[in-house]
Amino acid sequence: MTTISTILEITDLTKFFGGLGAVRNFDLTLKKGDLNGLIGPNGAGKTTVFNLITGIYEPTAGDIVFNNTSIVGLEPFEITRLGIARTFQNIRLFSNLTVLDNVRIAYHPHTKYGMADGILHNRKFDIHEKELTEKAQEFLAIFGLENLQNEIAKNLPYGQQRRVEIARALACEPRLLLLDEPAAGMNPREILELMDLIHFIHDRFDLTILLIEHQMRVVMGICKFITVMDFGQVIARGTPKEIQENERVIEAYLGKGAGHAA
Amino acid sequence: MELGFLLGSIVKIIGILAYLYGLLWVLARPNRWVKIIGVIVAFGVIQLALTNIGGFQLLTNFDSGLLFQACAMTMVALGLNLIYGFNGQFSLGQWGFYGIGAYTAADITYRWVNGDARGLLVVGFGTILGGLALIYIGRWLKRFRGVPVLSSFTLYLIGAILAGIVAVYIGNALNPLFEPLLGTNLNPGVLNSPLALQIVFFLAVVFAGIFAAEVSFLFGLPVLTLGSDYFGIATLGFTIVVNVLMINSDTILPFPEMKGGRGMVGIPKLTTWFWAFFFMMAVIIIMRNLIQSSTGRAIISVREDEVAAKAMGIDVAGSKLLAFVVGSFFAGIGGAVYAHFIGFLSPGTFGFLQSFNPLIIIVFGGLGSMTGTIAASFGWIFFLEGLLRVLLSQMGTEAPTWRFVLYPITLLLLMLIRPQGLLGNIEWGFLKQKEVLPREIPAGEKPEMAASEA
Repeated sequence: MTTISTILEITDLTKFFGGLGAVRNFDLTLKKGDLNGLIGPNGAGKTTVFNLITGIYEPTAGDIVFNNTSIVGLEPFEITRLGIARTFQNIRLFSNLTVLDNVRIAYHPHTKYGMADGILHNRKFDIHEKELTEKAQEFLAIFGLENLQNEIAKNLPYGQQRRVEIARALACEPRLLLLDEPAAGMNPREILELMDLIHFIHDRFDLTILLIEHQMRVVMGICKFITVMDFGQVIARGTPKEIQENERVIEAYLGKGAGHAA
Repeated sequence: MELGFLLGSIVKIIGILAYLYGLLWVLARPNRWVKIIGVIVAFGVIQLALTNIGGFQLLTNFDSGLLFQACAMTMVALGLNLIYGFNGQFSLGQWGFYGIGAYTAADITYRWVNGDARGLLVVGFGTILGGLALIYIGRWLKRFRGVPVLSSFTLYLIGAILAGIVAVYIGNALNPLFEPLLGTNLNPGVLNSPLALQIVFFLAVVFAGIFAAEVSFLFGLPVLTLGSDYFGIATLGFTIVVNVLMINSDTILPFPEMKGGRGMVGIPKLTTWFWAFFFMMAVIIIMRNLIQSSTGRAIISVREDEVAAKAMGIDVAGSKLLAFVVGSFFAGIGGAVYAHFIGFLSPGTFGFLQSFNPLIIIVFGGLGSMTGTIAASFGWIFFLEGLLRVLLSQMGTEAPTWRFVLYPITLLLLMLIRPQGLLGNIEWGFLKQKEVLPREIPAGEKPEMAASEA
C-alpha cells in the first residue's frame, strides 16, 4: 500500500437497546488495504457493530466516518452504494433465485439502464443487460461457480452458498467488505479454502476487509490486526501475537483465573 | 344435458389454455414480424368467433361478456401478483383500486356522452399535474437526509390536492369550449362521433389507471412501512373506505351521476374485443418486461430477503412502492375495461368479500407465476359460469348459493393437492426467463481462484 489513508473511522460508537448497552464507546480505525479482525465471546456486540456500520441499526451516539463522510443516519442501501458491502452470519441468499440472479441483483445499483428502458426492452436495455450479465458471470467465474449459475441458490451445499454470498457482496463493488463469521459451520478443508479465498479477494480487488470470526485459526492466520470486544466494549487491540498473550482476552474467553493458570 | 354445460365450460377452459399457450409461444419467437403477425392472428381468431356470420356465431354474446370479464380480471390479478407474488406484500387493496379505476373511467365517458367534458378535462389535467407534482416533490425531497415518511407524505398529499384544485379550475374554464361540440344526448355533436368516443375511451382508461396509481402512491407511502400482515389489514381498510365512498358518492361526494348505492347506469358500452385484448396484452408485456429487467429483480429480491436486499444496495422502500403503484395501475385499467363492458356499476361489486377474488386467483394460479395468473383468471370465470349453469337447471334460485359451496370446496381440494398453485412457478413461452448460457471460457484461461489454489 502506497497511500496510508483512513477509510473507516468509528468514534465513541454506542448503541442501547432499551437499557441494555449492546455497544459502548467503541472505537475502530481502518486504513485502506487493511485486513483486520473483530473477535469476542458470544454476545459481545460484534454483529451489532456490523449492523451499525451498514445502517441496519441507528447508533445511540457516536460517529462513523467512511471516506471522509459521516454515514450515520443514511439508509442501508445508500451506505452500500457508497462502497460498504457485507455478508451475514446466517447466510442470507435470495434462496429461491438462481446463483446468477443473486449476483445480478447485487449489481443492480450499477445498472446503466432505467426502468423505462426495462419496460420497453429497447436497444439500450439489451446492451447493458448483456454487459451486466457478463459482469456477474465474471464474478462467478472468479469463485469457480460458473457452472452453477443456473442452480437455485438454496440447493447448493453450504460451503458454496458462502462463496455465492461473498461473490454477491463483491458484485456491489465495495471498497470495504465486512465478513460476519465466514467460516461458521465449515469443515477444516473448507476453512483452508476460505482463508485462501479471503487473501485472494483482498489482493485482487484491492479491498479493505474487516471480519468477525470465532475460529481462532482463521483470525490468527489471516488478520494483521485484531480488535477484541467483550460486553460491548473494546478490551484489547493488537497483532495476533499480542492478542494471544493478552490476559484480559484469555480471561474473557476462558473465565477468571484461567489467565494465571496459563 | 346439464352436465353438458359443465363439460362445455371445461372444453372452453382447455381451449383458452391452448390459445394462451399458442399466444405466448408466438410472442417468444425471435423474429419481430412473426410476433406481430402472430398477435394479429390471435386477435383475429377470437374476433371471428365473436362475429355473426350468416346467423352462426361460435361464441355468443354471453361468452363474449365472460371473455371481457376475464380480461379485466387478468389485469387486476396480474397487478396483485406483482404486489404479492413478486414483491411479497400481502395486499387486499387491489379491489379498491379496481373500483377507483372503474368509477373514474365510467364517469369520464358518461359525462362525455351527456354533453359534459369536465370529466375528461378534470381527471386528465388532474392526473398529469398530480403526477408531475409527485415527481418533482420526490426529486426535491431526495436532497435531504432522513426525512420521516409522514412528513414526506404530507408534502406529497398537499401537492396532489393543489394539483387537483388547479385541475378543477382548468376543467371548468375549458368546458364551455367543448360543450357546443359535444351536443346533447339526443343530438350528438362532432366530438360524440363513434371515432371520437373511441379516443375518449382510450384516454379514460389510461387516466383511470394513472389516477389509481397516484392514489396508491399516496396510500402506499405511509402504509408500506408496516410489516406484511399489518399492511394486509391496512389495505383491507382501504378497500372498505373506497366501497363506502362509492355507496355515498351522490351524497358526501359531489357526483350525483354515480347514484350512490343504487348503482351507476348508462355507462356507454365501449369495450370491444379489440380494446380488451389490447389492454390485456399491454399489461402482460409491461409486466413481463419489468419483471425480467434489473428493476424486476430488485422487486423480487425484496420478497426473498429484505435485510439482504438492503445490504445489496437495493432501495427496499422504493421497490415496494414501485410494485404497489404499478400493480394498482393495472387494477385501474382493468376496472375501466370492466366498467365499459358491463355498462352498470354497483358498489356491491366492489365490496370487501369480492376483494378476495384476485387473491384467490393468484394463489390458485401460483404466486409469482404470470402464466398461472392469466390461466387462472380465465379458468375461474368460465368455471364459475359453467357451475352456475349446471346448478341453475337443477336447483333454480338456490343455485347461486350452492355455487359458493362447491367452488370453495374445489379451492380447498386444490390447496391440499397442489399448494404451490395450479402452475407453480412454471412460465410459458414469452413469459419464461431466458436461460443464460455459461460464459465461454477462452482457451488457456483458468478460473482465477483455482489457479491461486494450485
